[in-house]
Amino acid sequence: MTDDTACIRATALTFSYGKGPNVLDIPEMTIRSGERVFLHGPSGSGKTTLLGLVAGVLKPTPGSLEVLGKDVGALSSPARDRLRASHIGYVFQMFNLIPYLNVRDNIALPVRINADRRRRLDGPVDEAVTEAAAHLGIEHLLTEKVTRLSVGQQQRVAAARAILGSPELIIADEPTSALDADRRHAFLELLFKNVEQSGSTLLFVSHDMGLADQFDRPLSLPELNRASA
Amino acid sequence: MLILNLARQSLTNRILTTSLTALSIAFSVALLVGVENVRTGMRESFSNTVSGTDLIVGSRGGTIQLLLYSVFGMGSPVANISYETWKEWDEHSAVSWTIPYALGDSHRGFRVIGTNESFYERYKYRGGQSLALAEGREAGGVFDVVLGAEVAARLGYALGENIAVTHGMGGFMDHDQMPFEVVGILDRTFTPVDRAIYVTLEGISAIHMGWETGAPPMMGEEVAPEEVLAMEEIPVTQITSFFLGAESRAFTLQLQRDISTNEEEPLTAVIPGVALAEMWRGIGYAEDGLRVISGFVVLVGILGMLVSIYTSLDARRREMAILRALGAGPRRIVSLLVLEAGLLSAIGAFLGVLFVYGGLTVLQPWLEGRFGLQIPIQMLDTTQMIYVGAVVVLGFVAGLVPAIKAYRTALHDGLSVRV
Ligand SMILES: Nc1ncnc2c1ncn2[C@@H]1O[C@H](COP(=O)(O)OP(=O)(O)OP(=O)(O)O)[C@@H](O)[C@H]1O
Ligand SMILES: [Mg+2]
Repeated sequence: MTDDTACIRATALTFSYGKGPNVLDIPEMTIRSGERVFLHGPSGSGKTTLLGLVAGVLKPTPGSLEVLGKDVGALSSPARDRLRASHIGYVFQMFNLIPYLNVRDNIALPVRINADRRRRLDGPVDEAVTEAAAHLGIEHLLTEKVTRLSVGQQQRVAAARAILGSPELIIADEPTSALDADRRHAFLELLFKNVEQSGSTLLFVSHDMGLADQFDRPLSLPELNRASA
Repeated sequence: MLILNLARQSLTNRILTTSLTALSIAFSVALLVGVENVRTGMRESFSNTVSGTDLIVGSRGGTIQLLLYSVFGMGSPVANISYETWKEWDEHSAVSWTIPYALGDSHRGFRVIGTNESFYERYKYRGGQSLALAEGREAGGVFDVVLGAEVAARLGYALGENIAVTHGMGGFMDHDQMPFEVVGILDRTFTPVDRAIYVTLEGISAIHMGWETGAPPMMGEEVAPEEVLAMEEIPVTQITSFFLGAESRAFTLQLQRDISTNEEEPLTAVIPGVALAEMWRGIGYAEDGLRVISGFVVLVGILGMLVSIYTSLDARRREMAILRALGAGPRRIVSLLVLEAGLLSAIGAFLGVLFVYGGLTVLQPWLEGRFGLQIPIQMLDTTQMIYVGAVVVLGFVAGLVPAIKAYRTALHDGLSVRV
């Protein structure tokens, strides 16, 4: 609670799945508000796990992780859901799209569900969706079922969904893994523009070290994490 | 609005499983409502064995006994009614018509009933249908015989056939000196009418000429058919019972009381609908059986519905987790699943009721023709409403279980479920 400008702050954060060995053991990590961080590490090093803890999908031990001023570990599961819905945009590594909704409805879903996110939109939901889709080159797919998209197209739907309504914290788990160079560039541009406009914090995971210098600072998980053996 | 939209899209997306679930619900509802319909149809068909008759009158005795011998052709009366007493009531100002019945003889196991033209004119069964002749004409002459449909079919008789009548029920003493001739065959009614043989009151008298002592006439004392035919008027001295139609329904109770307190001869009068319903309660094992069946049908139907709703929702745990990850609260997720389940069961219930009505419309003539079972096509009664309501309510409840489960399992586990 010392640093008012900290967006994410981990102290002695440990995590294991069930009774398994520790996947994470992070003595100390701070990400300041408005910072754009590039998180990297080999496959299986615990990147997705860390993002899950930050987003409240997984439950950390109380006192070990603070996100947007809240002790995530002390929150009940519905309270973590609310924190994530209102303030965090999450591009899941596995996309997690709703199979029976079309592209437009998938992108608009979090904004429709959450009033806070909706309030931060400038105009009507439909307009914002179309605009985001246009930036990512999927505006011609808006009425298409998501199950009929290519992986890269699905990834862009997931990305558009996460940034709509300008959440304070955007978490992106390898959002560009299936994109070609042009798409990757357009996506990063949209992402940065969004982050800048709303002063959001960005936590970005990628294996593509070539992207690292576009961020404020790189963060190597194996260096932070004592559990990585 | 959002929830309704989601529910609609998710249901239409899985149209195959959705329709199968709705169909299985529809079938259980149809079975439920159908069995209940058959049950009431059976009871009503029974209570309507006789219709349009206000009272059945016989000598003093039990109600059921009177019904049994006058309507169902079973057992026999303790005493007869004199011709004069019958005529007195027949001409009573509150009485519109009567049908006399003279019982006691048989032909090859089937009852021979003496009656008059009122029988063909006035006798009504099930919902006011009149008797009709399939072939020939009514029995008018002394030796005329009209056969019930079942009798004609079983014995293979055609018009013009000569038959002998046995005194009593299946004794050895045939009145074979009196040649009766088949002049008509009745249409099938699916009531006991089909299983009897009809002659005139005079015909019954003729059979018994010379039998006044109850034993066969002595040698040389037999009455020849020609003698009977030569008689100007054949005396009718007694009948067994009579059916009665009042001038107005409103007189029925008063008439019943008056007849029961008849001075000259002790009589019993019953209202057929009431007595038949009472009798059904006494012998309605079949109904009890159906009630047990319909209980099991309810149980199995509802269980089947719960299982299919549960499995269809359980397959969507990942989807629920995603919705939750995007911020849908417990109330939203519960209402989504409950709404879906409720919609499914409501559609199923509606379809099921449609099936019943459709099925009845198609099958009703056949059921009536084949079994004499008249199943009315009418609004759902209270019991059926309760059944259908219970199915819909339970459908909603069925959605609650997976919904709570979706919220109970850790979000991360839900997201890890493969779709
Ligand atoms: N649901 C789970 N249950 C048990 N163990 C898990 C689960 N998810 C991940 N793990 C384990 O935790 C460790 C870290 O996994 P995680 O997914 O965080 O790695 P990652 O850095 O995101 O890898 P990648 O770059 O391949 O996405 C792995 O060893 C993995 O086996
Ligand atoms: Mg990962």
